[in-house]
Amino acid sequence: MTVSVRLFARARELAGVERLQVDLPAGSTVGDLRQTLGEQTATLRPLVPQLLVAVGTDYATDDMVIPEGSEVACFPPVSGG
Amino acid sequence: MIELTHEPIDHAALTERVRSTQAGAVVLFLGTVREMTNGQQTIALDYDAYPEMAVAKMEELHTRACDKWPVIEAGIIHRLGHLELGDISVAVAVSCPHRVDAFEAGRFLIDRLKEVVPIWKQENWADGSTEWVHPGVET
Repeated sequence: MTVSVRLFARARELAGVERLQVDLPAGSTVGDLRQTLGEQTATLRPLVPQLLVAVGTDYATDDMVIPEGSEVACFPPVSGG
Repeated sequence: MIELTHEPIDHAALTERVRSTQAGAVVLFLGTVREMTNGQQTIALDYDAYPEMAVAKMEELHTRACDKWPVIEAGIIHRLGHLELGDISVAVAVSCPHRVDAFEAGRFLIDRLKEVVPIWKQENWADGSTEWVHPGVET
């Protein structure tokens, strides 16, 4: 499956794009996505361990299986307020 | 009342919206753009958000506050885009029958907002450099 990943803040700046297309086997987890992101986009690699991952509008843990067609976003720790 | 806006925040209007004859207490919190941070001088801040998730998370916090305290009305407005020194970046208003609950609910909303709502600030330092603020991440 192809997962379209939205990027924000420093993650977007490092990758140089707002979205990345990541090819993953069906049944892949958030942890698999994290690893593939680092391999595929070298500029993101230093930030990968600290990236937060959202599936839909909820935070996801590394063991969560990514449902096909879901909206996925990756971003560093938040700093609103 | 949950809102993201690129316009200046009308905190007086927000306060009026949460006022009620059932309330004995109304608490308003404003976050404003500070000039000095650990000896470094800020010229301006730029705020970015993942808007769909930010609104969803703020609504969740609102629901949790209403479950935990006897909140009559609560509102959160966060501004996005380019903000100058002193500008209001966030406003949280809460009305409750009594002040202790209003203060606690207001504090909960702003504290949790800063931890879970996907909004980011970028510093524009006086030396001309810019820097995303990501707590816990070395730059």
